[in-house]
Amino acid sequence: MDLHSIATLAWRNLWRNYRRTLIMLVAVAVGAWAMIFLTAMTRGMIDNMVSSGIATLPGHIQIHHPQYRDDPNIENSMPPPDTTLLAALDSTAVERWSDRVRVSAVVASERDSRGVLLLGIDPSRALGITAADIVEGRFLQSSDDKGLIIGAKLARRLETDLGKRVVVMSQDPDNNVVDRGLRIVGIFTAKLESQEESQVYTGRDYAQKMLNMGDRISEIAVHGHDYNALATLAQDLAVAAPALELLTWTELDPFLGITQQMMDSVVFIYVLVIFSALSFGLVNTLVMAIFERTREIGLMLALGMRPISIVLQTVAEALLLLTLGLTLGNALAALTLWLLAAGIDVSAVAEGMAMIGASGQLTPSFYWQDLILANTVVFILGVLASLLPAWRASHLDPVTALTKN
Amino acid sequence: MPLANTRLTMNLAWRNLWRHSRRTWLTVGAMVFCNALLVFTVSTQQGSYQSMIENSLNLFIGQLQVQHTEYLAEPKLRYSIPQATALAQQLRESLNASNTFAELTIATRASAFALASSDNRSFGLQISGVEPSREPGLSSLPGQIAEGRYLVDFDASEIVIGKVLARNLQVGVGDEITLLGSGRDSSFAAGFATVVGIFDSGVNDIDRAMTQMPLGYFQSLFAMQDQAHSIVISSAKLTEAAALQQQTQALISHHRDLAARDWDALLPGLNQAIMSDMLSAGFIYLVLAVLVAFSVLNTQLMSVLERTREFGILTALGVRPGQLGTLVILETLIMAIIGLVLGIAFGFVLTSWFSYSGIAFEGMEEMASKFNMASRLYPKITLLSLTFGPIVVFIGCMLAAIYPALRLLSIEPVEAMRAA
Repeated sequence: MDLHSIATLAWRNLWRNYRRTLIMLVAVAVGAWAMIFLTAMTRGMIDNMVSSGIATLPGHIQIHHPQYRDDPNIENSMPPPDTTLLAALDSTAVERWSDRVRVSAVVASERDSRGVLLLGIDPSRALGITAADIVEGRFLQSSDDKGLIIGAKLARRLETDLGKRVVVMSQDPDNNVVDRGLRIVGIFTAKLESQEESQVYTGRDYAQKMLNMGDRISEIAVHGHDYNALATLAQDLAVAAPALELLTWTELDPFLGITQQMMDSVVFIYVLVIFSALSFGLVNTLVMAIFERTREIGLMLALGMRPISIVLQTVAEALLLLTLGLTLGNALAALTLWLLAAGIDVSAVAEGMAMIGASGQLTPSFYWQDLILANTVVFILGVLASLLPAWRASHLDPVTALTKN
Repeated sequence: MPLANTRLTMNLAWRNLWRHSRRTWLTVGAMVFCNALLVFTVSTQQGSYQSMIENSLNLFIGQLQVQHTEYLAEPKLRYSIPQATALAQQLRESLNASNTFAELTIATRASAFALASSDNRSFGLQISGVEPSREPGLSSLPGQIAEGRYLVDFDASEIVIGKVLARNLQVGVGDEITLLGSGRDSSFAAGFATVVGIFDSGVNDIDRAMTQMPLGYFQSLFAMQDQAHSIVISSAKLTEAAALQQQTQALISHHRDLAARDWDALLPGLNQAIMSDMLSAGFIYLVLAVLVAFSVLNTQLMSVLERTREFGILTALGVRPGQLGTLVILETLIMAIIGLVLGIAFGFVLTSWFSYSGIAFEGMEEMASKFNMASRLYPKITLLSLTFGPIVVFIGCMLAAIYPALRLLSIEPVEAMRAA
């Protein structure tokens, strides 16, 4: 029997009991839709966490004095990038980079005082908090800007406001306490409230002068083009800065790194679990279809049709069913994701989202690889699941089958 | 026709099911698979939530705190509780006298910001003033002292700090640190404290940020007199939190400035994180239940269609269509019950095994330290975790039987008997 007639037979068989086929079609479609939708939402959540995390760090890669992370003290600062490192930082693989002074400090208003991180930045290449995050006042204008930028939450905590002076206290490399009165020139908001409360910004050169640290800096933060493909860039930078510690975001925030890494397994488990629930119905449908046709199959076998044709016919039926169901499911998923493309507002649980490091807007992230995985798993495992009923059908004894009423 | 006889109907339904035993088992198999899986996942979720809540509460906040009404939103020195230790004592007596609660631990705390300096280093710190005799019953930090000892004397100028902070300040047990801050009356607060103990919680952020000193010394250092910022109340049973909150609120109602806040109000993120996790898990559960329901719908619709003739004869003999519908519902009910029982049984065995051995996977450690959980996950089997998923699946299955059963209501005997 040629493939064409097998396909025709399978197709006609499929619609002999259209109700059953339709129910199964909808089940496959719902399964496929759930796989793709769920995966995209989960990926969206993780991407949200990663981008919030990277914005907070900030950077895809950070370079420090080897002791700085364990002991973030002014003593563990480093010289500005030398020509070799500068060349690596200015390569095309780097999208942006920022050299920063980053020391712990105390900010005191007339009413209250708080421990914060004082960041001295060059506003022309800021990473993390940028001009876009300023809600009141202005961003820093130059490296030697003497103004201070603080978060909205910190301003509330200190009961201070734009234009007022606050005292910033820290220590210089010789362990002398240094303090300066700085005017608040801007107030920023951040995705994560903790950042609003714990960071203040001033000009890099001014911070260096205030802290008596010459031209030394605390860290270099680097943005590559794709945070999932940093290996080459990290390698190049590490070679250019052999005496310094270089860490990617997955090492800087291990929770974030491991979460991202586990995602592929999580997606696979989702797909597998949903398929398993689906497979019972799929096998059941085929078993029923064959049961109804026992006599007919017996007749075909008695007339000399080879068992393999029966197998092919049944598998073809399953294949058609799966293809139709998957097409429908993919279309549904595409529609849902398109409708939700603007994101879902989850700010009702904002504090919970902040706890896991995500912001209050959940946007699905669609990856082709997940779509392909879901479809492949359903297709291949679905065909495999249909083999058993197909095999049984092809091994019916023609005589017994024919006499069945 | 005595179909009204329940026993007979039961017999019929039971026999009908096993006319196609393979189909029935496949349908029941789908239920068992989903139910067992749901029992396991819901138990695991419950176990991890509980571990998250308990560890967070032990570490930071206790189950309930009495605070100044403004303190939660604006944790400032001046939003304090007057005569705090006396009020705590009063609460202790009243709450214990009521005999409603299991072991209660009640202690006062205060909190302030200060610049801490050692010989070489300075850091801004959040300092907690605690009652040395009561704090160990409340938080996990006193039990994590790795070097030296915990606080003893209520008025001593002592402090315990975390391992990372000790390294950063370059101090050890016995060293003195200087503290600078502002007092409650906005005066200049300055003093020193001897490091008597260093704790190691295993979480760097905690070991860098948390410090404790005796409340008496704290009060004199920050010009607090007899004031404190919170009265922390913890019961051995988390389930009592709501009743405890109500009763405490009633006891302090004559203090207009004070409020009793439960852990959900103190740490709203925790419950929200749990809620959003539950919501996304709930979506998967729903999808699974729907898929099982489709399987049931398919089976029951087929079984009704293939019996059209038989049903036609029955109606011709005087059986009412409603009774046929009941029969189909009953068949589904039997399948759903078998699925429920076997599913719960398999789920229970699977989950028991893991709740004994614990679950650990790659990345667990990072997750555990982020959410204050134990480094192994122990599923917690409760009545809820055993029945929640299976009942959802059960309801789904019964809903799926409605359409096949309804089809029978409009059955035409003559036409039905002619069906192939």
